[in-house]
Amino acid sequence: MSNEEILQGLAAIVEEVAGVDAADVTPEKAFVDDLDIDSLSMVEIAVQAEDKFGVKIPDDELANLKTVSDAVDYIVKNA
Amino acid sequence: MSRTIAPPRQGAPATRIMGLGSYQPDRVVTNDELSQIMDTSDQWIRDRVGIIERRFAAPDETVVDMGVEAGSKALADAGLTASDVDTVIVATCTMPAPIPNAAAQTADRIGIKAVGAFDVNAACAGFCYALGMASDLVRGGTANRVLVVGAEKLTDVVDPVDRSTAIIFADGAGAAVVGPADTPGIGPVAWGSAGDLVDTIYMREHKYIYQEGQSVFRWATTQIAPVALDALALAGLEPSDVDVLVPHQANLRIVEAIAKRLRAKGAREDMVVADDIVYSGNTSSASIPMALDHMRAKGQVRSGDLALLVGFGAGLSYAGQVVLVP
Repeated sequence: MSNEEILQGLAAIVEEVAGVDAADVTPEKAFVDDLDIDSLSMVEIAVQAEDKFGVKIPDDELANLKTVSDAVDYIVKNA
Repeated sequence: MSRTIAPPRQGAPATRIMGLGSYQPDRVVTNDELSQIMDTSDQWIRDRVGIIERRFAAPDETVVDMGVEAGSKALADAGLTASDVDTVIVATCTMPAPIPNAAAQTADRIGIKAVGAFDVNAACAGFCYALGMASDLVRGGTANRVLVVGAEKLTDVVDPVDRSTAIIFADGAGAAVVGPADTPGIGPVAWGSAGDLVDTIYMREHKYIYQEGQSVFRWATTQIAPVALDALALAGLEPSDVDVLVPHQANLRIVEAIAKRLRAKGAREDMVVADDIVYSGNTSSASIPMALDHMRAKGQVRSGDLALLVGFGAGLSYAGQVVLVP
């Protein structure tokens, strides 16, 4: 799966979980500060991303995924 | 000469919930009140946990005081008197000390004399554990009618200015009377534990509850719907049979996540989902019977409805079963 496909898939999850327009989920955005996503929604996003991309995103790793590109890079590396 | 133990007493073919009761302290605590003593806001609390207000017990009001109130109401609702009950189980994790237990004094104060009485600590799963035990005691012939109480004074074990816990936990009690039936009104319990996750909810310095919010949220939103499905399977039922879903009222977002997973497995869109946490907070082992009692009083559920109960919490422990609403 390409980075672009992962970004699109992740954006769809973020939209479904947090009601953020998928078009706003761009690589440089920070989940908390820019997209206003709280810590519990981050868990829901991680759980759905695990199912969709076949990765494990434990809570301690999740804490390091500040931006959308952090998440995409993590998924590329661990899928 | 051979000595033989007499065969077991004959139990009931099945069991049911005969009555429900609940009790909440008088004092209503709003989000705005909490916002004055810690860094939080009404909107922050509503967004994170879905609570609008909760009840706090008076300083001198005890777990037993609240349990007695809820238990007495459940007896009255069942149309029974104290002498009809032969066993009392109190599910609680907030007695001020391990000794004495809550059940013996709760029984005595209701007027149920010299009966079997013991506490169960499975934290927020306690009511479903105790309900399962009560049902099996009646089926096994050890007991005929069991009063099951969930009673908690969580404000005794919460740091009053810790915004991660003080906004969630509250006080109260709920109760059910379990008795014999010709056809099953209580399904088999599906229970279990995840002791490897013990560090996610515990008492910090034996004083205040601490929980690893994200870890507990992940566990509850992913691992508890399967327990509810197991409880349905044990009862020979399908998700579409469920009229009412009553998960432990931990956090409205967890409740909604469990409901969503069950609907993905075939539960109906018109299944009523308990949201009693909104005006009651998280009352641990009291939350399930309290929610069911409140929903019945408001007409959201009716006698004969099929309710799926599932509790989960510290331990970690979990338990669920199907019941018919009395």
